[in-house]
Amino acid sequence: MRNIIKNKAVVADDWIVLRPAAEDAPEAVAVPEGKVIVSLKVWQAQRATLNTRAELGVWLASSERPEELKDDLGRFKVIAVDFPKFVDGRGYSIAYNLRARLGYTGELRAIGDVLRDQLFYMQRVGFNAFAVREDKNIYDALKGLTDFSEVYSNSWDQKSPLFRRVQRGAGAAA
Amino acid sequence: MYRYDQYDHQIVKERVAQYADQVRRRLADELTEDEFRPLRLQNGLYYQRHAYMLRIAVPYGLLSSKQLRMFAHIAREHDRGYGHFTTRQNIQFNWIKLEETPEILAKLASVEMHAIQTSGNCVRNITSDQFAGVASDEIIDPRPYCEILRQWSTFHPEFAFLPRKFKVAINGAQEDRAAIMVHDIGLSIVKNEQGDIGFRVFVGGGMGRTPILGSEIRSFLPWQHMLSYIEAILRVYNQYGRRDNMYKARIKILVKAVGVEEFARQVEAEWADLKDGPSTLTEEELKRVAAYFTPPAYESLLPVDSKVEQLKVENKAFANWIKRNVKPHKVPGYVSVVLSLKKTGVPPGDATAEQMDFVADLADRYSFGELRVTHEQNLVLADVKQSSLIALWEEVKKQGLATPNIGLLTDMICCPGGDFCALANAKSIPIAQDIAERFDDLDFQHDIGNIELNISGCINSCGHHHVGHIGILGVDKDGSEWYQVSIGGAQGNQSSIGKIIGPSFSAPQMPEVINRILQVYVRERIEDERFIDTARRIGITPFKDFVYATPIKIEHLAGEDAHA
Repeated sequence: MRNIIKNKAVVADDWIVLRPAAEDAPEAVAVPEGKVIVSLKVWQAQRATLNTRAELGVWLASSERPEELKDDLGRFKVIAVDFPKFVDGRGYSIAYNLRARLGYTGELRAIGDVLRDQLFYMQRVGFNAFAVREDKNIYDALKGLTDFSEVYSNSWDQKSPLFRRVQRGAGAAA
Repeated sequence: MYRYDQYDHQIVKERVAQYADQVRRRLADELTEDEFRPLRLQNGLYYQRHAYMLRIAVPYGLLSSKQLRMFAHIAREHDRGYGHFTTRQNIQFNWIKLEETPEILAKLASVEMHAIQTSGNCVRNITSDQFAGVASDEIIDPRPYCEILRQWSTFHPEFAFLPRKFKVAINGAQEDRAAIMVHDIGLSIVKNEQGDIGFRVFVGGGMGRTPILGSEIRSFLPWQHMLSYIEAILRVYNQYGRRDNMYKARIKILVKAVGVEEFARQVEAEWADLKDGPSTLTEEELKRVAAYFTPPAYESLLPVDSKVEQLKVENKAFANWIKRNVKPHKVPGYVSVVLSLKKTGVPPGDATAEQMDFVADLADRYSFGELRVTHEQNLVLADVKQSSLIALWEEVKKQGLATPNIGLLTDMICCPGGDFCALANAKSIPIAQDIAERFDDLDFQHDIGNIELNISGCINSCGHHHVGHIGILGVDKDGSEWYQVSIGGAQGNQSSIGKIIGPSFSAPQMPEVINRILQVYVRERIEDERFIDTARRIGITPFKDFVYATPIKIEHLAGEDAHA
């Protein structure tokens, strides 16, 4: 068990992220019993057997396409997106596409190099769960979700840009 | 100009608090340097050779006198009494202490400024035409679009960690004065046959190791779709741009790799889902923002001022200044005045705190309290009455800002180079200074006429050498500094990338190299032909042949060697 942030609170979590070694053939990876988040490749290779599980999650690498899951979205209790390094920003577009284009409504979890100062952005594009890197203080990281009280652009969490939501200042009055 | 409302103030204030806490955590070692670096970069803070450098955003180059006075204050209190205006219309301070940066940002916020996204792999400051709103060839004022895009790109959650930096320029006039062809996205405002406003969209221009001009992916994008279309471009780039090699990570490499047609197809496919969505701009929002850029209260004036005309006849220095540094204005009786930051002996683009205060004062007295920064690293008073020109000239002369060299040889674009920048292979400022000294004679410069000499201290090309009529690039050869010369580059409507003429030169040889190039031009030019036109007509070979014909002896020691 470890703590993650989910729906803006720190909660205990018993999902296991299964990260096969690069040399492992996806069809040969042993998937333990219980709540497991498998890689996209393992899911695709072992679909027939994994499909019988009641509780299953899948994770996408930053180089993988969310469209690969488009027919299976309802199958998973959790979809995770891996950030191999926090400066690899592909995961933001993956999350946005999962939500906005593919209509995924379940738990969307950021895993990997997940740090306080990126949580605000991650939350905006559709993540609602954050497996903060384990050497970091997760209660400190929680503060990252509230860095800003207002935003200009629309994304997943706020579907309308600021100019459509509020009465803003006008030039003539300035 | 644009003024913050409560929302802008709130967002910038919260940014200062966020950043202050990041600095605190870094100093407390809760953040490692690797974790902190991308955060501070997105706040414009670089670590350089001697100290931190802070780059402050000047959105599309527009400043108020109050903001410039704040720069002067920062120069005095937190730096060594000067600042450096950059080729992206921003300002940099070179001697900053990390611990003081939160305080500096709080001070900037008090005058509606920030350093957000002035560095890092995100959407940078939007740049534009320094004569926006006053140019006589303007189709429409680009600044409202720049401001709308500034807000949209500020903390856009999806595009803060792109493969590489991302620069957007918007031009609204017939003549491109925003160098849009060397930007990741260049927007050129056009009116279609029905009179509707839209953009020609260019993608994938850039300098650096692989200089490429932008390619048009859309000939007319109605203005309402500006944000969603840029979102589509950025989403394609964010997903498919290379991340394995930082030198191949700019969007230009992606566009080149997949081909312009295929890239455009991907953007259009991405856009299909976004078009007409919530980010579609409304007439109301455009009007609201445009209202901040309404023309000031111009007086009705005669188009010609007789005293100015008379002094032009009597005083050659004044006539030269008018010819080079004073630009036409769309309103009769008004002109725009360029204050040269290219005085011989001063690093191009540098201004002292005293000069900043002085220029702020001039802006208040002569130009409705506003001024502009140009990407050629000069300052502009955009709305000056012709009848004030004589008094203004007398004042700016005293502060060393009246060098009549705008567009001439010594109006060089030059990056900070090896004297400051940790990325540089070679120094660039001493080269600029040696060339400026060698050709200090104004009669000679006026005879040579329009020419753009651009110097970069490394291939990152901050000094825009690829698009200089003459470009100079500092290179490292076996640990020493050498300079590669190219000819035939240009910005603007006829953009082109310069061609390298041959093996590189040592620093002391450079003034003579430039001299030989100019000799070829003088020999070959037809009547009033500009340097660039001669270079286009005859190609680089005659230049190359003459420059390398005989060894270049070093007549005097230059740069640091002169003081050794």
